[in-house]
Amino acid sequence: MRRMTIPAALVAIGVVLASCGSSVPAGALTSLGDGEGALNLIIWDGYAERGAVDKAYDWVTGFEKDTGCKVNATPMTDSANGVQLLKSGQYDGGSFSGDATIRLMAAGDVAPVNTDLIPNYKDVFEGLKLKGFNSKDGVPYGVPHGRGPNLLMWNTTVVTTAPTSWDPIWEGGSSYKGKLSIYDSSIFIADAALHLMQKQPDLGITNPYQLTDKQFNAAIALLQQQKANGAVYWGLLTDQVQTFESGDTVIGTTWPYQVNLLKGEDPPAPVEAVLPNEGSTGWSDTWMIAKNAKHPNCMYRWMNHIISPQANAQATVWFGEAAVTQKACDAAEAILPGHCAAQHASDEAYWDKIWYWTTPQASCADNDDATTCKDQDAWVEAWSTLRGT
Amino acid sequence: MTAPGLAGDMQQRPVDSRARRLARWLYTRPRAQLALLLAAPVLWVGVVYIGSLVVLLLNAFWEKDAFTGNVTPFAWTLKAFVDIFTKPVYATVALRTVGIAIAVTLADALLAFPIAYYMARIASPRARGALLVAVLMPLWAAYLVKAFAWRTILQGNGFLSWVLTPFGIPGPGLTQLFNAWLVLSYLWLPYMILPIYSGLERIPSSLLEASSDLGAKAGTTFRRVVLPLVFPALVAGSIFTFSLSLGDYIVPDLVADAKFIGNVIYDNSSLGNLPVAAAYSLFPIAIMLVYLVIARRLGAFESL
Repeated sequence: MRRMTIPAALVAIGVVLASCGSSVPAGALTSLGDGEGALNLIIWDGYAERGAVDKAYDWVTGFEKDTGCKVNATPMTDSANGVQLLKSGQYDGGSFSGDATIRLMAAGDVAPVNTDLIPNYKDVFEGLKLKGFNSKDGVPYGVPHGRGPNLLMWNTTVVTTAPTSWDPIWEGGSSYKGKLSIYDSSIFIADAALHLMQKQPDLGITNPYQLTDKQFNAAIALLQQQKANGAVYWGLLTDQVQTFESGDTVIGTTWPYQVNLLKGEDPPAPVEAVLPNEGSTGWSDTWMIAKNAKHPNCMYRWMNHIISPQANAQATVWFGEAAVTQKACDAAEAILPGHCAAQHASDEAYWDKIWYWTTPQASCADNDDATTCKDQDAWVEAWSTLRGT
Repeated sequence: MTAPGLAGDMQQRPVDSRARRLARWLYTRPRAQLALLLAAPVLWVGVVYIGSLVVLLLNAFWEKDAFTGNVTPFAWTLKAFVDIFTKPVYATVALRTVGIAIAVTLADALLAFPIAYYMARIASPRARGALLVAVLMPLWAAYLVKAFAWRTILQGNGFLSWVLTPFGIPGPGLTQLFNAWLVLSYLWLPYMILPIYSGLERIPSSLLEASSDLGAKAGTTFRRVVLPLVFPALVAGSIFTFSLSLGDYIVPDLVADAKFIGNVIYDNSSLGNLPVAAAYSLFPIAIMLVYLVIARRLGAFESL
């Protein structure tokens, strides 16, 4: 038996080398066939525009015409909802944030991608390739869509001095009682933790997504205080846009897209937004293909399309996030000059300050067995409890 | 004279077709008739309707992985039930929902009775027809349209705020639990008026005349004759208002930003915690079963 070990190991090494030689990961599509005529996507609102809001922003119609793949897009309310939608088996893929992608890859709900079939992949910024949230064991699981920070937005007629920190929605929340606009998702607990990193350093929070019991309870206490100040929670971003229009909310946490929508109204809504000094949580979104996608060829064409210069420029300008290729940045100059510079598209030092959404794990996502952290279920349950009582 | 007639009858006698043979076979077998008649509906109710409910409820006893969110079928556990009975939030939400459902039922009963009484016993036939149309009219508009209409009435720059602000009273906004009660009472009012109306209409005038002939005052007649006779209809109406309020999750979300039982079930299922969603959905089912048993005792089913 002992003697068998060495040849077996050699064979194993040979297999590994062989699989390294061919760049097609196991389980990925090996060659591109004809489109299947349809494509069912799970999206963040605003990620698949067909010119319905603004005719100039349409990167779906042309794709449908070129490929014959009819796009059906379903928006998710938050990452946990996106995971659940994909598990229903009715979708070919979606644009998921890090807190969803890690779970989807671990559960085997998404398939690795063969980047040879995605010609535009070579243009993607190196800083966005083979990251923990879009690859597993060195195998890519999708193409990036864009990234950005969560912002603080306020109504300039009510909040007259521009805030520079998150204080107005936390300790200072009592000044805007009942008018705080807060994202309705368990992942928002991380925003409370991020605030505590600065305000209560003795808690020792080093990562707002990996919290021990004590740190977690402190974050929940802060959220309860926020709720007592009359937080108005938004699930779909249109809810937030409506409450800002009606004056039901005047300050809160938002995405750049809502700021664009409100400022784009006629007349423009009086809002401003800022990335506060403490930094922020944020997202880096990845288009992934479902393991049992019914329209894989259409999905591959879409993944190639969404990182093409024109489509990615339009999509990231429309949402207000950073483009993922230099060519898209160049194309964006024609739509919104200075777009990529303003969004720090290739400035990796800037992104080091943004805490991308990721999945809370019991292992604290580290190798230290001594400490345990609150897992995804605990986060969702704590959020339901906060919202239900 | 009879011969041609006979010949005619002979000609009209049906041929021994397949359908005819089947009919003859069935004629002597009443059980087969019944089976054929009921097979489709029983299959529908038994397999599609009850079957899907059973699968849903089975989820309550299955295990779920915290990280991947996958539910493992036939991995039995009572964790979902332990959660529901030990975490106070589920009791709070249940109490809130049942409380609002009761409040809505009471409000609707109080509002519906005078309207129904007027329609059934006082109004001229022409006015009665007009009132019936008026009561039924809101049912023609979609539920969501009505809910959103109320949203625009209640919100910060909405109608109520416009009316109240000059008097120094701030508008209700969209986060008051009171809003849920108000809008649900509005939505389900017709379902209370109609049973009471038909209940009152069924009371013969002679009973009321007999009561006053025997010296009863109006109040006594109402208390001892009208109310007992119309009570089953009132309970029948309350089944609608109570169960519809108990199951609603759109109105509380839209106008009150409050969590009802339905919201917690919806949230848990859309966030991937199917076991808890399934376990919690047993709760309103249990409440409604108890409610229906009581309603049946009170004779409500005869008034539907």
